[in-house]
Amino acid sequence: MLTILFDGIAYGMLLFVVACGLAVTLGLMNFVNLAHGAFAMAGGYITVVAVNRLGVPFLAALPIAFLFAAVIGVVLERTLYVHVYAKTHLEQVLFTIGLVFMSVAAVDYVMGSQQQFVTLPSYLQGQINLFGIGIGRYRLLIIAVCGLLTIALQFSLANTRFGSRLRAAVDDARVARGLGINVNAVFAITFAVGSGLAGLGGALGAEILGLDPHFPLKFMIYFLIVVTVGGTSSITGPFIASLLLGIGDVAGKYYAPQFGSFIIYIIMIVVLIWRPQGLFSRAVAK
Amino acid sequence: MSMDKPIVAQARGYLLSRARWSPFEIIFWIVAFASIFFLQSKHLILTEIAILGLFALSLDLILGYAGIVSLGHAAFFGFGAYVAGLLAKHGIIKEPVLAMLASGVAAMALGFVTSFLVLRGSDLTRLMVTLGVALVLREIANRLDITGGADGLQGIVMEPVLGHFAFDIFGKTAYVYSLVTLFILFLVARRIVNSPFGLSLRSVKGNPLRASAIGINVNIRLVAVYTIAAGYAGIAGALLTQATQFASLSVFDFERSADVMLILIIGGTGYLYGGLIGSVLFKLVQDYLANVNPQYWQFWLGLVLVMMIMFGRVYGAVMATIIYVACLALKLSFMQSIIITIIAVAVLGLMRPQILQITSRITERAKAALDGVKAKFRRSA
Repeated sequence: MLTILFDGIAYGMLLFVVACGLAVTLGLMNFVNLAHGAFAMAGGYITVVAVNRLGVPFLAALPIAFLFAAVIGVVLERTLYVHVYAKTHLEQVLFTIGLVFMSVAAVDYVMGSQQQFVTLPSYLQGQINLFGIGIGRYRLLIIAVCGLLTIALQFSLANTRFGSRLRAAVDDARVARGLGINVNAVFAITFAVGSGLAGLGGALGAEILGLDPHFPLKFMIYFLIVVTVGGTSSITGPFIASLLLGIGDVAGKYYAPQFGSFIIYIIMIVVLIWRPQGLFSRAVAK
Repeated sequence: MSMDKPIVAQARGYLLSRARWSPFEIIFWIVAFASIFFLQSKHLILTEIAILGLFALSLDLILGYAGIVSLGHAAFFGFGAYVAGLLAKHGIIKEPVLAMLASGVAAMALGFVTSFLVLRGSDLTRLMVTLGVALVLREIANRLDITGGADGLQGIVMEPVLGHFAFDIFGKTAYVYSLVTLFILFLVARRIVNSPFGLSLRSVKGNPLRASAIGINVNIRLVAVYTIAAGYAGIAGALLTQATQFASLSVFDFERSADVMLILIIGGTGYLYGGLIGSVLFKLVQDYLANVNPQYWQFWLGLVLVMMIMFGRVYGAVMATIIYVACLALKLSFMQSIIITIIAVAVLGLMRPQILQITSRITERAKAALDGVKAKFRRSA
C-alpha cells in the first residue's frame, strides 16, 4: 500500500519535472507547445546513447541530457517558436503537432522503433527497507532530484531578479521592454530551462515511463493534464496536480486495471468543465 | 411595417445570391462523378478520399462556420464506425444504408451530449476537452469485450446496398455508395450554411457576445451545429467500416483528428469545398509518400504543417515541396534528408521576416495581374 503511494509520488514528481517547462511556456508565455514531450524524448535518448554506448556514468549523463534538450530548445525557440508566439492557439497547436510528427519519424528512423532501456548502475537497483516499506532506490533518487528541482524552481521564480523580470515580461512585454528588460533573452532562457528540465525528466523517466519514438504523443495528454488541471498561474498548482495524477494513475492501474487510464481522462474533462482555469488557480482575467 | 418589406426582400435576395451554384461547383461535381467511370483502377483510394472528405466537411461545419476548435473530432468518426460495425456483425440492421443512417443518429446523440462540454471555456479548453472525449471513447473501445479490444471488430459481413448492389472486390460499389452519400450530405450542408441559421452561425463565430446582444441564442446554435457535425462524422465513420468491413481502434486515433485538421488547413475553412479539395490533395500526397517510404512519411507531413503555419498556406506548401524535391533530386538517404531538412527549416525560420516581405510582394503582383486579366475579360465581354 505504502509502496504504491511511494511509486505514485515518484511517478508524479517525474511528470512534474517534465511538465513544469510546459506550465511555464503555456502559463507565462501563453504558448501551447504540444511538442514539449519531444524535448523529454531527446533527453531520454541522449541518456540511452551516452550510458549504453559510450559508457558515461548514469549520474553524469543527467546533466548532459539537461544541456542537450536545453540547446535544442533554445535553437528551436530562436529560429521557429518566436514567429508563432503571436498566432492563435489553434495555429500553435498545429505547428507543434507538425514538429512532433517530424521528431517521431526522425527518431524512429535513427534509433529504431523498439523500446529503449538505460542500464542503471548497481547502486541504483533494488530496494531498501525503511520501516518495513519496500522503497526502490531509483525511485528514491527521482524523488530527491525532483524535489530539489521543485524547490529551486519555486525559489527562482518567486525570489530572484530573473523571476521578477520574467513575470514582468509576461505581464506586459512592451512595458517590460521600456523598463530595459531584454524580453527576448528572458523568454529564450526560460524556454531553454523548460526544455532542459523536460530533457532531464525524460532521462530520469526512461526507465519508468518507457522510451520509444512515440513518447511525445503517448505522454502529451499527461503533460497537458498536469498543466490544465494544475492551472498555469503558479508552480505549486501543477506540482500538486502531477502528484495527484501520479498517485492516481499508479493506484488505478494497480487496483482497477480494467479501467486503465480511463479515470484520469474523465477527471480531466470534469475539472476543465468545472474550473476552466484549472483546479488550483485564481481566476485570471486574461 | 411598410419599411420591413424591402429589407426582408433584400435579405432574401442576399441569401439567395449567396446560395447560387457557381460554374466551379458544377464542374467539381461533374468531375467527381465522372471518376466513377474513368478512374476504375483507383476506386479504393477514391473511396478513402470521399470518406475523408465527408469527415473534413463535418469538421468544417463546426470550425469554419461556428469557430469551434476540436482536436478530438475522431470521437464521432470512431463512434459511427463502431456502431455500424456492431450493427452489421450482430445482424441488427442488415441493410447498409439504414445502418449508416442509424450510426449517424447515434453519433448525433453523442454529439448532442458532449456539445455541452464545448460551450464553455477558451479555445485551449475546447482543444483539451475534445481531445479528452476522443481518448475516453478509445479507451472504452479498447476495454469492452463487445468491441473486440485492441484486435478491433472483426468478422463484419456486409449485405448488398439497398438489397441490390453487393460490395465487390474492386471497390466500385463502395465508391459509388460513398460518393453518393457524400454528395447528398454535401447538398444538405450547403442548404444549412446558406440558410438564416447558417448566417447566424457565422455571426456567432465572428463575435459571440455581439451575436447574443442582437438576439441570437448562441448556445442553442452551437449545440445544434455540433450535433449535426457529429452526425456527419459518424456517417463518415460508418462508411469506412462498411467499405473495409473492419473497425479498429485506429478510428479514434489522435492522428486522425490531427489529419482532418490539417486537411482543412490545406483546403481552407468556411466554404465547404475546403475539406473536399484538402482531402483529395492530402490523400494523394500521403499515398505517394507512403509508397516512397512507408514508415517515415509522417516526417514530411510534419514539415508541411510547420511550413504552412510559418509562411502561410500556399507559400508554406511550396517551400515544403521544394525541400522534399531537393532531397529527392540529390538522391539523399533519409538520414541525410532529415539533417538537410532540419537545417533548411532553421535557416528559413531565421530569415522569416525577409521571406515574408518577398512573398507579400509576390502576392500583390499576382493580385494586380489577376485584376488586370479580369478587367480585360470584362471589357471584351
